[in-house]
Amino acid sequence: MEGTLNLVGYGLSAIGPAIATGMIFAAYISGVARQPEARSVLQPIAFLGFALAEALALFGLVLAFVL
Amino acid sequence: MRSLFRLSGEGEGFVPPSSNDFELPPVFGDNAFTTKPILLIFLSVILVSVFFLISSRKAAIVPSKLQFAGESIYSFVRNDLGRDIIGHEFMRFVPYLFTLFTFVLTNNIFGIVPFLQFPTMSRVSFPYVLAVFTFVVFHYVGIRKQGIVKYLKDIMFMPGVPKPVYVLLTPIELATFFLVRPLTLSLRLFANMFAGHLLLLVFILGGEHLFQGVLGLKLISPFAFAFGIGLTFFEFMVQCLQAYIFTLLTALYIAGALADEH
Repeated sequence: MEGTLNLVGYGLSAIGPAIATGMIFAAYISGVARQPEARSVLQPIAFLGFALAEALALFGLVLAFVL
Repeated sequence: MRSLFRLSGEGEGFVPPSSNDFELPPVFGDNAFTTKPILLIFLSVILVSVFFLISSRKAAIVPSKLQFAGESIYSFVRNDLGRDIIGHEFMRFVPYLFTLFTFVLTNNIFGIVPFLQFPTMSRVSFPYVLAVFTFVVFHYVGIRKQGIVKYLKDIMFMPGVPKPVYVLLTPIELATFFLVRPLTLSLRLFANMFAGHLLLLVFILGGEHLFQGVLGLKLISPFAFAFGIGLTFFEFMVQCLQAYIFTLLTALYIAGALADEH
């Protein structure tokens, strides 16, 4: 077996963003399902939130390789 | 029973694919400018320009199949990414968004095209350059629209917030606009392409290695190959999605810079 503990740490740190991304899109889907005409308003908000949540996972990825 | 599932008898272990598999040697001689990713970048430029030149050359009211294909990609970018997100000034940015979308999409799909099979964007320098373009564009647009003082003031001191909160908010907003946005934009594309290619390598090379084992392992290897094929389709979805998200976020950042208040 090779590898470092960094990758285990990255796996743990990815849990948070994963849950966050799921919750963002769950809210987006149920919002559009309730009011389909709100789609164009909700879409940028959902993707901005998704980008922000995924940024944290990407920081983890970078740190896992850098540290 | 154990001998049935033992790996090949000489004791040679399976070498899992790693980031070293992305360091490709030059194709022609020792010239470092002819590595596979660089050649693929040039190929993508040629492919995209030739496709859209041919598909738009004989534009007719009743479109041919080729013209229809080209125009649906264009109208997707113009309407769904430009008009719906940027608003009434969107036509200025459609050329940039369209170029970005087709360029990233072509380079991503190289990852699953037989014989090419290398997503160019899994070398991190290419997404960095694209993110720098977007970074320059959206800041330039914001500064031109609002003037440099008001633009920076809107970023640093978001209106309608109690004054003590600025201690926390100003550093976060500054970091978001000047560091986090370009960095995550490029790293998202890079990480997805890198991880996807690595995943395919694991299943295909693993399947090949299992096939060289004893009988029990030979029986398992088709499942590894089947997963490899299934994941190739999954990769295709991810590749299209990442090109879409890259362009969508660019459009969102431009729209944010154009808006009067953030």
